[in-house]
Formats: sequence, structure tokens, C-alpha cells
Amino acid sequence: MFYREAGQFKTSYQADSAVFPILQDRIGLAVILAIAFGVIPFFATEFFVQGIMIPFLIYALAAIGLNILLGYAGQLSLGSAAFMGVGAYTAYKLVTYFPETNVILLILVSGFVPALIGVLFGLPSLRIKGLYLAVATLAAQFFLDWCFIRIAWLYNYNPSGAIEMPARQAFGLTLTGPAADYMLRYYAVLGIVVLMTWFASNLVHGRIGRTWMMVRDMDIAAQLMGVKLTNAKLTAFAVSSFYCGVAGAMLVTLYLNAAEPGAVFTIRQSFLVLFMVILGGLGSLIGSFFGAAFILLLPILLRTAAASFHLPIEVKNIENLQFMIVGALIILFLKFEPHGLARLWQVGKQKLRVWPFPY
Amino acid sequence: MLYKILIDPFVQMGAAPDLLVQAIWDGFVGGVLYALIALGFVLIYKASGVFNFAQGIMVVFAALALVGFHQMGVPAWIALFLALAVMLLLAISVERLVLRPLVNQPDIILLMATIGITYFLIGFGQLVFGGEPKRMITSELGIPKGAQDFDVFGGFVSLQNIDITAAVMAGIMVAALAWFFSKTRIGRALRAVADDHQAALSVGISLNQIWVIVWFAAGIVALATGIMWGARSDVSFALEIIALKALPVLILGGFTSIPGAIVGGLIIGIGEKIGEFYWGPLLGGGIESWLAYMIALVFLLFRPQGLFGDKIIERI
Amino acid sequence: MTAFVESRPMSAARPIEKGETLLSVDGVSLSFGGVRALTNVSFDIKKGEVRAIIGPNGAGKTSMLNVINGFYHPQQGTIAYKGQVRRRQKPYEAASQGIGRTFQNVALFKGMSTLDNIMAGRTLKMGVGLFWQLFRYGPALNEEIEHRKKVEEIIDFLEIQHIRKTPVGKLPYGLKKRVELGRALAMEPELLLLDEPMAGMNLEEKEDMSRFILDVREQFGTTIALIEHDIGVVMDLSDRIVVLEYGRKIADGSAEEVQNNQAVIDAYLGVAH
Repeated sequence: MFYREAGQFKTSYQADSAVFPILQDRIGLAVILAIAFGVIPFFATEFFVQGIMIPFLIYALAAIGLNILLGYAGQLSLGSAAFMGVGAYTAYKLVTYFPETNVILLILVSGFVPALIGVLFGLPSLRIKGLYLAVATLAAQFFLDWCFIRIAWLYNYNPSGAIEMPARQAFGLTLTGPAADYMLRYYAVLGIVVLMTWFASNLVHGRIGRTWMMVRDMDIAAQLMGVKLTNAKLTAFAVSSFYCGVAGAMLVTLYLNAAEPGAVFTIRQSFLVLFMVILGGLGSLIGSFFGAAFILLLPILLRTAAASFHLPIEVKNIENLQFMIVGALIILFLKFEPHGLARLWQVGKQKLRVWPFPY
Repeated sequence: MLYKILIDPFVQMGAAPDLLVQAIWDGFVGGVLYALIALGFVLIYKASGVFNFAQGIMVVFAALALVGFHQMGVPAWIALFLALAVMLLLAISVERLVLRPLVNQPDIILLMATIGITYFLIGFGQLVFGGEPKRMITSELGIPKGAQDFDVFGGFVSLQNIDITAAVMAGIMVAALAWFFSKTRIGRALRAVADDHQAALSVGISLNQIWVIVWFAAGIVALATGIMWGARSDVSFALEIIALKALPVLILGGFTSIPGAIVGGLIIGIGEKIGEFYWGPLLGGGIESWLAYMIALVFLLFRPQGLFGDKIIERI
Repeated sequence: MTAFVESRPMSAARPIEKGETLLSVDGVSLSFGGVRALTNVSFDIKKGEVRAIIGPNGAGKTSMLNVINGFYHPQQGTIAYKGQVRRRQKPYEAASQGIGRTFQNVALFKGMSTLDNIMAGRTLKMGVGLFWQLFRYGPALNEEIEHRKKVEEIIDFLEIQHIRKTPVGKLPYGLKKRVELGRALAMEPELLLLDEPMAGMNLEEKEDMSRFILDVREQFGTTIALIEHDIGVVMDLSDRIVVLEYGRKIADGSAEEVQNNQAVIDAYLGVAH
């Protein structure tokens, strides 16, 4: 009824192969972008932009990064936080060495170092798969996290071991450092995330994305179609780490302003991103956004719920509840809806399509 | 530099052999504990094909339950039984709520489900028993304190009584499990299930019952590990990071081999202690956090099936 | 020995005329540990023919295909494809030389749609790099559309238009087999290996599949090597038949010759001792 593609005929393969072949989807996307760029900045409070929208977008990008590896190429990684960390420290070193350069450019360039290191730690994936690979990626997680603490050059020999972002500019506007304007940062984050999501969407719908999915679904048959597993897996590691790296770079430059040693890019963080991908939906870009929103909003919702119902729940127990809910949901989703929130979204769209009839 | 890496550590070892023995002993005890976690894991993997990521957390959870009950005023031995009851309850719930609904799913899905269990247990354990670090009730359980000093190579080596107890108990537990597996009816059923689920079902073995038993056995192993571990440091979920070390142990030993788990645990335990003691200072210390994974990673590249695993032939 | 080293460049191979030897297997032996899968097997496949490999279960038929494909490396013997002798090669090299394949147990990419599965077969023919892929514009888009056209031709040929966008995991078995054939055809192979293309099908589906196999040869001039247990189908379809038993070749020849071969009759019916 509301969402119907009947009557939309495709007269060319180009139209039929489009990423969003259905008119309503394109309208929906335009509306969401319009709200993100035009409406939120005018009506949202500082808390909403600074405390919810910016981390949401950054984590969604990290989730897209892991989703490319896990959801599309089928390689499980438990080290996404470490690659975010490599991006963050690269960005920090870059702004130190190039104080005059456009900081947005530096953030994007920061992705290349994690991409390289991702390829390095992806090499074992050529010999091993599945569970074994998961353990191999833990090596990346712990080794890199150790580097962030022990290699003083990375944090410019700061005695506290922390990195603190200096004020840096892009297009004459100060974006980083504690004094930066939150709305400018929001636009910067939004711009980068939209651009990179668009790129990711193009990649996964094209030849390269298809190669990844071939490796995921049946690596033996993929080889027979002429896929070199080495190339396919390593590009997945590279692209995935690039995305995680840029997300990490944005996390310190545009959100946290600083990172304590060994406190940000931890194994817990890796799991958080993993949960976003599982709950959001494996192999779905929009699911990465859903998953990030859900995981980030859950504690806020719990806190609000506790406050509004005057429940005597201590703050630390809210965190515990959050752990329990996330853990239980993971199991529930794996059981009932392995494709996550993204699949629920599809089901919802199907309902709208046939409304008011049941099917 | 090369001298410092390649030669100097060995010169140090030769110069002070008592320190070397001490380091090996410390690593050995750590390795026993890794081996125990890996053991619980192997039990579950063999019987249900589940890569149980939560095994390490079950260790902490069991220890927390034990200490938690004791803090509520329950005598130590009764608290021990209550903790065992909790592990049984956990085994039953896992079978009902996780394994049964997810039966026949791909490995990776089951692995992620156990990560879900991990998080649930962290939240639940802290909610019920409190999140602050706790002291293990060693003396209440009758575990001896103090240390034995031995003169070795002109120096002396100090062995904590707790550690000796841990090693002995681990030995007893492995022997008991080996007996259980080979001599009892349930043990035979377990081996049948490990070999082939379908065939086991067809001769009337109840998979669900076996799963509960195996998870409970893993829970008992977890509780024992938790007691010994807790005695060496505080009981809290900070141990989670250490618990993950069971994974490289498994890579070394293979997922299905009990001797592999033990040997792997000892190699990792001793390897990382010696590595930290002699090579750690060169790199700025703290290499214990990743050395085990790196050893496992290098190992994987040369022998992907583990020390005791069978060679994997891919069938098409 | 030099021939082994020189086996890499694929483009150097000269075109093979109809009736010439396309592939020849020479004295191939393969074992896994102590288990011998193939012992000194030799045969050839001529361009344009339908060649069947038959034999009882465990005779080494699938292993033979895997050797031709490059999944297994034989301990002894060589394979010559288009006159080029080779001993070890990777599966993707076999693919790029023009060897396509379907599997005994359907090996489709189950998370992808029919269309994407067949597009996957075009992988080797596509090559626009990362830069244009990122924008899905210009060369990348043109390439995508151009190959989509080819894929649609195959979809028409196999009469599977209605399941174009269905995830293959949801398809019934017979259609899966057809999609898998489509995926192999999308590679435009010169040699097509079919591993039990009709296993588990009913009579009607078998007839359909037989028709497709013959049409493939008619329309695309593809050489076909197939493994099949249904002797009736094999006798009708194939020009020449190789019979394997316990990893050894026991007969080779036309349908009639093989049917009258005493060793074959013994292998299938058993021998009175």
C-alpha cells in the first residue's frame, strides 16, 4: 500500500542493477539525508549531537568496516578495536607532523596505515579459517594495544601516555581540540561517514563485493570461478581495516579529543563492534547503522527508564544489565533472526508493501 | 642489539640457574591453569562441537559464585556445593536456551552465541555477586598457605603451597576425567557423541543429556580452576583477559585433544614467563599480554591442525 | 622437465580444432596418505565431444575431476591441456585456462541471488579496478551492465527467468543444479566438467538437464566431461566413456564397446569366483 514497486518497470539493465532500484527507497534515503544534514543541526541539542549522533555515526562506520570482513567476506575478526587504534594513532602522528594540512584529509589518509597492518594480520587467513582465524586476530588485538602503551613515539613521549588532540583546522574552521564547535564536527563526521558508506555500498554491489561473498559462501567454488583467495581475503582485510581505522581516527579527533593508554582500543571495544554487526545484521550496510544505534542507545534508554520509573538501580548495575541484555539478545538474534535488525527492517517493508492485507 | 636478543638472555640463564628454575616453575603453574581452562573447553568441543568462548568466563563466574555465597554468610563447604549447583543450573540453562535451539548451525554462529553467553554471565555475575574484586576463601577451604624453599644451584627457589596444591589438584582432575571417559557408561556415550552425533542418536544416546553432563563437567573444571586462580590474585572479571589465553593454548594443542590441552598450556605458560623474564625488558615489558597469541600465530602457519590434531584433508 | 616450468603462460596456447585432443591425462596416480585414489590413469578428451567418466562408488571419478581442476596434485603423471603439459597448478589457473565445473553436492553461493551467482561466473572476464568500483560509475558500471547482458542470455537459455532474484538457498534441488550449470556456463568454458549433474533428479528433470547439456554443446561448442551414475543417460549422451574401478581405468571407448566389455560387466554386476 505505502511501499509498492508495482508499475515501476525497468527498461535497462542499468536501472535494474542499481543499488536502490525501487523509487520509495530512493525517496526514503533522500529524506534521511535531508534530516541528517538539514534538520538535526537546527533542532537538536548539544547533548544529542555531541553525545549521540557523533558517536553513533563513528561506530556505524567501524561496524561497516567489520561487516565488510565478517558479513561479506566471512572472516571473523576479534581485533577491530586494534585497527581503530592504529587509525587513531596514525591520525595523531599526522596532525603532529602536518599541523597546517586540512584535518579531514589527514583523517581519511590515516586509514591507509591500518589497511596495511590489516593485510599483515590477515595473512594467516590464507592458511586458516573460522575459529582459528578468530584467535589469530586476537594476536593483533593484544599486540597492537600493547604497542599503544609501550611505544612512546606514538603518543609523542607524553609522560601520562595519553594522546591529546591539538586544535587543527579544515577549510579555515577549527575541528579538533576541546574548543572545537560541535556542530562543525557533526558535519565533518556526517560527511565522511556518508561518503564512505556510499563507497562501501558501491563496492559490495560490484565485482569486488561479489568476490568477497563468493569466498564467504563457498571458497572452493570461488576458486573455480577464477577467484584468487589470497587477493580476495587480503583486499577484504585491507578495506575493512581502512574503514575501522578511519572510524578510530574520527573517534579521537572529532569525538573524544584524547585517549588514555590502554583504555579505548581494548578487546571490549572489539566485542562492542562485533555485537553491532551481529545485532544489526551480517552482510548489511544499513544493519551496521541499526546495530550501532542499538548498542549505543541501550545504556541511555536503560538509564532513562530507571530514572523515569524511579527504579532504585545503581549506575554500575545499569552497566551490568546492559551486558546481560546484549548477551541475551545476541543469542536470541542468532536463533530467530541471524540477519539481525536489517532483516526485521526488510520484513517491515514487506508488511508495508502489502498493507492492509496480511500477505 | 642482536647480541642482546640472541645471546645475552642465555648468558643470564646460565649465570643464575636458580632464577631460571623459578621462572620455569612460575610459568608451569600459570600453564597448569591455562591447561585447565583449555581442558574444560576441549570437553565441550568434543561432545557438542561448540567452540565455547565462555569457558574462561565460567571460571570467573564459578569463583565469584563461591566467594559470593561465602560473603552472604554461608560456610565455605556449603558455599562450594552451592557453587557447584549454580554450575549445574548453568549447564542445564545453556543446553535448554542456547544449544538446543541452535543445533546444526554453523560453527561460527555457535561461537558467537557463546560470546553472547560470556557477556550475559559477566553482567549477571556482577549484578548478583557485586563487581568489586574479592579475596578467594583459600584458608576456609583448607588450602595450605606459605611456601616451600629449596636450595638449587647455590641459590634458592620458592614454591608457594597454593601452587603446589593447584598442580596436584589439576593432575587429579585430569586423571579423574580420563577415568570417567574411558571406564564409565556415560564416558563411552560421550565418546560416541564426539565421534558422530547422528550415529550416537541412532543407538539411543540422548544428546541433550550428554550436553548437560559435559557442560556440568566443564563447570566443575571451571570451579576448580577458579579457586586456584583466585588464590593467586583477586576474583573479578578483570581475569577475563587472562581467561582468553586458553585460546592460543587450544591452537597449540588442537581443539579435541586432552593431552594437547595440557602440553599446550604448559608450553604457553612457561614460554611466556621465560619470554617476559628474559626478553621482556628489551621490549619495554608487558609482552606477556600478547606473546602467547604470537606463539600460537607462528605455530598456526606451520602446523594448522595443532600438536595432536589430525591432518585436515579438505573434501570436495 | 622444462615443460613443467614452461606451463604457466596460458595465452600462448594455440586454438584447438574440433576433434583434436583438448586434454590428455597421462599416467596419473594420486594417493592420500596410504589410500590410493587413482592409479596410473590415462585418457584423453577431444574437442567438441561429450566424454563420460563412470564407475562404481569410490572408483575415483570425482578425484579425477579434482586433479583436472587443480584441487589435487597427483604424485605421478601429467595433465596436458591444449597441448601444454602441467603437473601442478592452482584451481584459479585452471579456471582462467577455460575449465569450468559443477559439483556433486551443489556448491552454489547460498547467500547470493541466482543473478549474482551467475554473475560470479563472469568474475574472470571482469577487471575494472578499485577506483571505478568505488564510484560504480564509468568503466565499472559499463562492465557491470555488459556482463549482466551475457548473464541474462544464460538465464534465458536455461529458462530460469522467474528465479532471477531469488536467493539460491531457497531454491528446490533441481533448479539449484540448473543455476550451477548456468554459473559454469557464464565462464564460457572450453571444457566443462559436470559432476553428477542429474543426481537426485526425477525423470522429467533428467530429461531437461540432458537437453541442456546437448544444447550447450550445440550452441557454445563446449567440450563436456561428465560423471553420472544413470547408465541410460550416459549411453545416450556421451560419445566416449571411460570406466574407472578402484582408481584404475578398466575400459575406454564408445558406449557400445564399453557395454560389451567383460571387465565393465564384472565391475558392475560382480564376478562369480
